[in-house]
Amino acid sequence: MLSSPRLLFIAAWLALWLTGCDSGAGHAVTVEFWAMGQEGEQVKALLPEFERRHPGIRVRVQQIPWSAAHEKLLTAHAGDAMPDAFQLGNTWIPEFVALRAIEPLDQRLRGWSEAALADYFPGILATNRLAGQTFALPWYVDTRLFFYRGDLLAAAGFPEPPVTWDGWLRAMAALKAQGGGERYAILLPIDEWQLPVILALQRGATLLRDRDQYGNFRDPRFRDAFTFYLHLFARGLAPPVGNTQMANLYREFASGAFAIYVSGPWNIGEFGRRLPAALQPHWNTAPLPNFTDSLSSPAGKRVETSTVGVSLAGGASLALSRDSPRREAAWLLLEFLAEPEQQARFYQLTGDLPARQLAWNDPALIGNRHAQAFREQLRHLRATPPIPEWERIASRIAYYAELAIRQELSADEALAALDRDVDRILEKRRWLLRRGLVP
Amino acid sequence: MTTGQERHATRGARAFLAPALLLIAVFFFLPVLAALLLSFTDFDIYALGDLERLRFVGLRNYLDLLQSPLFWTALGNTFYFVVVGGPLSVAVSLGAALLVNAPLTRFPGFFRAAFFLPVVTTLVAVAVVWRYLYHPHYGLLNYGLGLLGIDPIDWLGDPVWAMPAIILMAVWKNFGFNMIIFIAGLQNIPTPLYEAARIDGASGWRQFRHITLPLLGPTFLFVTLMTMIGYFQVFAEPYVMTRGGPANRTLSVVLLMYEEGFRWWNMGYASAAAFVLFVLILAGTALQLRLRRRDPE
Repeated sequence: MLSSPRLLFIAAWLALWLTGCDSGAGHAVTVEFWAMGQEGEQVKALLPEFERRHPGIRVRVQQIPWSAAHEKLLTAHAGDAMPDAFQLGNTWIPEFVALRAIEPLDQRLRGWSEAALADYFPGILATNRLAGQTFALPWYVDTRLFFYRGDLLAAAGFPEPPVTWDGWLRAMAALKAQGGGERYAILLPIDEWQLPVILALQRGATLLRDRDQYGNFRDPRFRDAFTFYLHLFARGLAPPVGNTQMANLYREFASGAFAIYVSGPWNIGEFGRRLPAALQPHWNTAPLPNFTDSLSSPAGKRVETSTVGVSLAGGASLALSRDSPRREAAWLLLEFLAEPEQQARFYQLTGDLPARQLAWNDPALIGNRHAQAFREQLRHLRATPPIPEWERIASRIAYYAELAIRQELSADEALAALDRDVDRILEKRRWLLRRGLVP
Repeated sequence: MTTGQERHATRGARAFLAPALLLIAVFFFLPVLAALLLSFTDFDIYALGDLERLRFVGLRNYLDLLQSPLFWTALGNTFYFVVVGGPLSVAVSLGAALLVNAPLTRFPGFFRAAFFLPVVTTLVAVAVVWRYLYHPHYGLLNYGLGLLGIDPIDWLGDPVWAMPAIILMAVWKNFGFNMIIFIAGLQNIPTPLYEAARIDGASGWRQFRHITLPLLGPTFLFVTLMTMIGYFQVFAEPYVMTRGGPANRTLSVVLLMYEEGFRWWNMGYASAAAFVLFVLILAGTALQLRLRRRDPE
């Protein structure tokens, strides 16, 4: 039997110990943060400043390779082992929303000024919103545009990069005529879905129909864009090779095996590092050309079209785990990484292009000649359908595009097969929609 | 008395077996059973988020699988790989074993190690080197063909050549293992048999046909079975070299299963594919065993 003074002493000691544990200087909240690849490595350099501003919070960064990231996040969710905050590709957001793994941010964003949200590239922010809710904050952006050999294009009679499909075709024909043989105008890996989809979006196609329940690939607009794409191969302007066949892209670009390449921001750094010094002044970037409906526009009534064709709204975002008990602290981290200064610093560390337009006023970014085309392109973006099935549909597009390029299927056969496959993929979504189990 | 002792012995045996059986039950039979159940559902991303979105679909995954052209493509590719690659691998390993084991061969230890080396190397590293060998413009293989006046072949990019290229690499990578087993089998054949045959004037070929081959029978059975089972499960080679391309010409059943399961998270469908492959391998094994048994020793 314990005497009561002794019991009291123990209780007091316990209480002290517990409160000490809670708010003592030595014990901080530790936010678990998962980031991928290079970003996971470089973001650590930003964190001392964050921890200085929030002495009660420590951040533990877990670096995950990109190739395993998607799988690892899914298994972490299945195994209740999600981090508090994490990076994810913005095309994954619908999937993680369907999994109910992400916390909506709208409540927290009420503390933000209008201007701060409007500062994001609108096309990019849109990919983080689903059914009226914001699920993630854009971290850095990614889109595709032209990387081209200015010297070859000028020699072919085109000192400026093309801005319309027609001009683009003429330039490519000239490049091919000049190069001949094993030289091509453009490299478009035949196992990729991006370019046919970009062309279709420029042409005004909606990829899916009826609330994204069915494929809409036999639509004339998609069909036009698709046949245009196939022509590039049929006319020998692009070589029919896939990504795995490219042993050394940079060497081929340097040797003039092709003059135009459609790629993303990561290649600014790669081209700078890997192309020979003599070639450095001669390569450049340009926004994508636009489809112009020159035939059907009635005479006298000029159709106002932008000179920049839309491209894909890609990139990576930051999200909060729905089940995390440390969401408040993790949110502070997200807000910190969204600040324009941090975005600019992150660009200097990684070369990733900032999602906030204010960060683009940073001298380092203004001084980057090759980034300017991206700034222009980022104002002309279109998102792919925001459904978890999209990546799978995209892979079917790539598959049938490849078959059509190899002429194993005609364009119409390929598109009919694509619609059939996509309708099958979306069967579950239709069932869920009928029952009201998805928004 | 004896029954009591027997019972005692059985109990002891059970106690010794229990840990192993428990491990097998928990880590083998339970997952297999779970996968079987999974194959009757449409478990996917949606179901992972909320089990209300899970449907029991009966045999639909199996029917879908059998109706999917992609599955038949994958199955056809897998059979191609097994039927061409399997015998080729066995033949090459037997040839290598005979050469290494031949009395005239100098430094057999060196050759044994050299031939075995690809087995222990990392596939991903090997694949990088082979991608260079296969490169259409500056690959060593096409350079060699060029010397013979043969036009360059786009090994990994041409739908016709991709699978032979994968098979070539897989055989090179794996034959060393079977070679070691064959060497062990060869060394178990008593030398007096060959001496007697030589005295009777049997040629080298007849010795091989009537002494080596029959006495290698059990080794042969083991090697062909293991090779067949392994080759049916081909995954890593196409995964690393071609990702199933070009135009799905190197897509194998296991690669399809992996893509469905871990890329698209269609666990139900992927489980169904796994069980179809299991049944196929089981049938193949049973067939081989029966053929062997009918063979008079």
